[in-house]
Amino acid sequence: MAFQALSDPTRRAMVERLSRGPASVSELAAPFPMSMSAVVQHLKILEASGLVASEKTGRVRTCRVDARALSAAERWINERRKSVERSLDRLGAFLEETKNEEEFPK
Amino acid sequence: MTAAANPSVAHGTFVVERRYDASPERVFRAHSDPAAFRRWFADGEGWTIHEWTQDFRVGGGFTGRFRFGDESNDTWFNDTEYLDIVQDRRIIVSYVMGRVAGDEKRRASASLATTEIVPDGSGSRLIYTEQGAFLEGADDIAGREQGCGEMLDALGRELETNA
Repeated sequence: MAFQALSDPTRRAMVERLSRGPASVSELAAPFPMSMSAVVQHLKILEASGLVASEKTGRVRTCRVDARALSAAERWINERRKSVERSLDRLGAFLEETKNEEEFPK
Repeated sequence: MTAAANPSVAHGTFVVERRYDASPERVFRAHSDPAAFRRWFADGEGWTIHEWTQDFRVGGGFTGRFRFGDESNDTWFNDTEYLDIVQDRRIIVSYVMGRVAGDEKRRASASLATTEIVPDGSGSRLIYTEQGAFLEGADDIAGREQGCGEMLDALGRELETNA
């Protein structure tokens, strides 16, 4: 399902946009020179594939990528990236803490 | 092609960049000095370290076994080998990591990771690039967070390539 959903360049672009964070349907539609109903059709296919989930709050429908559609391996890559980001932030804190020391404490 | 629909391994690359208000020498030393390295790399964040050794030279490596949270959680391992070291500039390692189940190591990934340290004004830029083979079956990650980031782009390209 994911395979077919991502075979279309518009839908790939939508998923790429959502991979950077959730967006409303109109935000998602903005870059595309097509009718809102065409955008909604694409969204329906993405939702059916399980790649994208959406929920309506008031009058705004917010779309997000559904990580459950990713394979375990793909989720693992994300975990590794987050772990590295946290680790390099701790390095930054360490460098701050030790900046007035001649040598690192042994 | 059919393998791509249900892959047992995903190949991925990611890059993380940081700028530090510290000289390249200090950033390098934070990697090469065992006490310093352990302090920011291994300690903290609620991890319990069962085992930790570091031998900072090409052909050497570091080995860690650690657990997050209480004893009901899995123990993880990280076996790393230093492949290339250029003083104050670059460190390349290969590493495997995964869960420890009894006497068995269940590998979740095998990666090549390059740390580049570049002078940047009065500080340094650190560029970390990891190229990994991420193995299926690494699913039971304790406290796994939801998220997906740019990996979907890679998934899309992968699917396109194999279409």
